[in-house]
Amino acid sequence: MKIDGNVEPIRVVLPGEPVLMETVSGNLGLGPGLSRAEDSIVCTKAGVLMKKKDSWFVESDEKRYIPVRGENVVGKVTGRMAEYYRVDIGSAHLAILSFLAIAGATKKNRLDLNIGDLVYARISSASRDIEPELECTDYEGKSKEYGKLKDGFLLKCSLRYCRRLMSPESPIWKLLRERINLEVAIGSNGRVWFNSGTTRHTILTYNAIKRSETMTDEECETMVSKELDF
Amino acid sequence: MVKESEISTNERNFILSGLKEGIRLDNRDPEEFRPLKILFGPEHGRCEVRLGGTKVLAKVSCEVTRPYIDRSSEGILILNTELSPMAFPGLDSGRPSDEEILVSRILEKALKRNHAIDLEGLCIIREKKVWTIRVDVHFLDNDGNIIDAACIAAISALSHFRRPDVTVTGDDNITIHSFEQRNPIPLTIHHTPICVTFAFFENGDLWVVDPCLQEEQIRQGDMTITINENNEICVLSKAGGVPLSMDQIVQCSKIATSKVELITEQIRKALAAN
Repeated sequence: MKIDGNVEPIRVVLPGEPVLMETVSGNLGLGPGLSRAEDSIVCTKAGVLMKKKDSWFVESDEKRYIPVRGENVVGKVTGRMAEYYRVDIGSAHLAILSFLAIAGATKKNRLDLNIGDLVYARISSASRDIEPELECTDYEGKSKEYGKLKDGFLLKCSLRYCRRLMSPESPIWKLLRERINLEVAIGSNGRVWFNSGTTRHTILTYNAIKRSETMTDEECETMVSKELDF
Repeated sequence: MVKESEISTNERNFILSGLKEGIRLDNRDPEEFRPLKILFGPEHGRCEVRLGGTKVLAKVSCEVTRPYIDRSSEGILILNTELSPMAFPGLDSGRPSDEEILVSRILEKALKRNHAIDLEGLCIIREKKVWTIRVDVHFLDNDGNIIDAACIAAISALSHFRRPDVTVTGDDNITIHSFEQRNPIPLTIHHTPICVTFAFFENGDLWVVDPCLQEEQIRQGDMTITINENNEICVLSKAGGVPLSMDQIVQCSKIATSKVELITEQIRKALAAN
């Protein structure tokens, strides 16, 4: 699928490889996968070196999520404690969702979540030393679209593909939405939830998204219209 | 690290409602296998099997060892299956998981107990020197049904394997000839047992062949039938889960027979192409 037009792939890099940027002058931003070592810039993970204006970063097919404050995630409730739920968001540690961090919840009246339920939440605190914390409210305390996800199906994919799916330019959603009534929640943690109301359409969406990762825009269009247009 | 936990309620309900309507996640029929790919090489006895998203690599090697005392004129077949965290992120390291034990037991029953390989032909000098054939099965990626994939990989790798020729010179001395000196010798394979796994849902009312990972996570029971190319049932393994009726088992074995025919044919074609 087409990537964001401003991002330019440079080449494949390996961890420990010095990334020479002699051609670059002035300020430059270093994103994930790059770090400074004395006078040179060294790559810290295997992937494709990407450039967006003056920012450089390495994109790889990783699946393990590193929580970042403010990002939206799709998580699965795995436990219920005295004051919070434990939620699996695909990171190294389970996240915490406090009973009171859900919009409209009070000490007496709380939204009931069961083990195994999926929630769409925002990361309110993320640090390398403590467990990530989640919130089912936006910055103003409103629920917006956060909360429990009913029915539907979940697709797990690489973080890179997930970011691509979040882009408004992503063609696969456009193609599917023209034909199917879809409800979608994309988490930055490599989990995409969607629901179309009918089993057939949801399975079709599942397969279309899964397969479109390695397809060109034209191929996506052929695939979707082959499955849906009669 | 977070242990790979149970599947979410949403996924469970969705897969079940799909199965009730007769639709599976990858649009397969309930009795359809995923596309199977068998790749050999570069050397003899190395085989990679891809069953949908499941990837298994089997590698056969041999060495000359002493035989077991009670089986002094038979070679030795060793099967080694190890699940690594590469394909099983939730694996408890150190101690073998139940799944690992189940896989190795079924493979052992299918290949060793059924005498799929002629072991007597692997004897060089009685009580002193025999060939030990070792099959290492590595699981590279897990998308469900690792038993069937491992069985296909192991038997294909054994069929593809060539051991060096050997001559006995004097009492206890043997000469192992390199592949350049003498043509390598294939193993004698009596029959090729193939496993077919079924997964059961809704107290056994619904079932599918070759379950994918998500289907495996929500199944209530499973059954593996091992059949060879002569349509003989070699192993039937049902380790717990929902009880099944006699009719169901007969029906499943009929389906398994037709699947085994297709898979055996595919292995034969892949071997012929190499």
